[in-house]
Amino acid sequence: MTIEVKNLVKTFGSFKALDGVDLKVDSGELVALLGPSGSGKTTLLRIIAGLDWPDGGDVLINGEDALAQGARERHVGFVFQHYALFRHMSVFENVAFGLRVQPRAVRKDEATIRARVKELLDLVQLDWLSDRYPSQLSGGQRQRIALARALAIEPRILLLDEPFGALDAKVRKELRRWLRSLHHEINVTSIFVTHDQEEALEVANRVVVMDKGRIEQIGSPDDVYETPASAFVHGFIGESVELPVQVEGGVVRLGDRPLALAAGGAAPGASKLFVRRHDMLVGPPGSGAFEGAVQHVRNFGPVQRAEIALSGGKTIEIDAPRDKELRVGDTIGLQPRRYRIFAG
Amino acid sequence: MTMQIVHSGPVTSSDEKTRARDALARDNLRTEPKAVRIAVITIAIAFLTVFVVLPLVVVFAHAFSKGIAAYLAALAEPEAMAAIRLTLLVAAISVGLNLVFGLVAAWAIAKFDFPGKTFLITLIDLPFSVSPVISGLVFVLLFGAQGYFGSWLRDHDIQILFAVPGIALATTFVTFPFVARALIPLMLEQGTQEEEAAISLGASGLQTFFRVTLPNIKWGVLYGVLLCNARAMGEFGAVSVVSGHIRGETNTMPLLVEILYNEYQFVAAFAIASLLAMLALITLIAKTVLEHHLDEGQDARDH
Repeated sequence: MTIEVKNLVKTFGSFKALDGVDLKVDSGELVALLGPSGSGKTTLLRIIAGLDWPDGGDVLINGEDALAQGARERHVGFVFQHYALFRHMSVFENVAFGLRVQPRAVRKDEATIRARVKELLDLVQLDWLSDRYPSQLSGGQRQRIALARALAIEPRILLLDEPFGALDAKVRKELRRWLRSLHHEINVTSIFVTHDQEEALEVANRVVVMDKGRIEQIGSPDDVYETPASAFVHGFIGESVELPVQVEGGVVRLGDRPLALAAGGAAPGASKLFVRRHDMLVGPPGSGAFEGAVQHVRNFGPVQRAEIALSGGKTIEIDAPRDKELRVGDTIGLQPRRYRIFAG
Repeated sequence: MTMQIVHSGPVTSSDEKTRARDALARDNLRTEPKAVRIAVITIAIAFLTVFVVLPLVVVFAHAFSKGIAAYLAALAEPEAMAAIRLTLLVAAISVGLNLVFGLVAAWAIAKFDFPGKTFLITLIDLPFSVSPVISGLVFVLLFGAQGYFGSWLRDHDIQILFAVPGIALATTFVTFPFVARALIPLMLEQGTQEEEAAISLGASGLQTFFRVTLPNIKWGVLYGVLLCNARAMGEFGAVSVVSGHIRGETNTMPLLVEILYNEYQFVAAFAIASLLAMLALITLIAKTVLEHHLDEGQDARDH
């Protein structure tokens, strides 16, 4: 099943939640919508599910106009951030719900429903919990039940709204891996919303980066990390050093100091220079484009994170390997191994 | 507030010391001197005894002052039986109507956003803030002989005032807020996610209501119905204005109590009053049980 969204617009009062969004998801993909809160990613997901309605634009599921149907007819599996399990029903009845509310003509008999629920609980490895109530489960268990419940109706597509947002870090990591392997197993076209870049990069085949109701970049996890399309994407994904620079006649200046960096194709004017923290190579003073004094050093596993006061007056944070130990007060030279310049 | 002590083995002297220290800490937390504590508790109990327990005892004492036979005879009077029947009928009508209105209003307020929502919430409370006498008078102004619809009603031979419809209307008006009030905070807190989940799983609107929404709010509904019923049976002011006090026909139990009392039929008056008092006691017990269930639901959500 494919999903196609065309020029989608949605406003809440004066707030533009979606500002002309175009997106195409191919059959069997697992796509992450990644962005800060308020970027419109959840709104987009809810509109695809039929839980919200756009002010303009089109939504096509498998080529059919989805906006002509209500949420009930769209046959979309939706997993909520806060699970939304039916609290007065046992785990078994939660999963069976979608099968029990089917119109009488197509409803399966009780034995078939039981078999199907059992199968789904096995799939999420929680068949031993079938008599419990949602309040007796842990967050991770609840979310897996919510997923089983959504899968019960054999949805055409699966939408997950911050599925791991309410869980603690360790459970999150486990469920991430589990979701990826589950998707591999059932191969249903899926979109999940997250504000956690690590989650998006680890789980998804493709990442859609959103900001302020617009799509900033669509690409593979490697694409969005290695070749960010905009200043926003570079700043949002991965940890970056961000410096305001001036580009004039092919020369890049930080304050009034020209930097030994090629401007590349950057347009003249005020710009932003982005360097990944670990791409700042440390050398002796005068050896790189920047020079600065080490102000603070902390060790994080394989790297040392140092605060450097640049001679231009800005303070930046870099991650350097621990083979050459940095000491507070040292003056060092810094050369970006790779960098990007964005206008603005 | 007390500290939790975990015993892992046989009680030792160090355990006892801990416990003694714990008790001391507990005493220090209550900074008021013992005399003040006793005085405050005594005043509270004395007040409750004089103003709540004593009247209740007096009602039953008077009702049974001439023996059980006289008590039962007073209740078996046709006039008393008529009043009990009317009260039950009116309560059933107004509780039924308010159950529907309350559910609809709470549903609208909790699940949808629309202009004038705050105004509607305020309006729901109106019957609580208005004197019941005025609530009754409103219906006299609307349906009385000189009222807006008076002549039309007379032409079509429809009797509202001084009849069951008028009493039911006035009671419904006065008791309107109970169900809605019990449900609005509950439904607001529960949000709409479970309903959204149900619909995305293919449930129709009715299926969603009966399988998801209603089970989630059932204790709240019962709580509202209980309080609504207690007030409906006990309402005096509004009913007094619209009833016309036709003996054996439009007197509810509270009205009959007043009439009998004014006629010095103390045993009969207090016999009926004792029924109302019993209703109050049952309501109190049921209310405690329901509150326990509501709290449990709350706990389940918090986990």
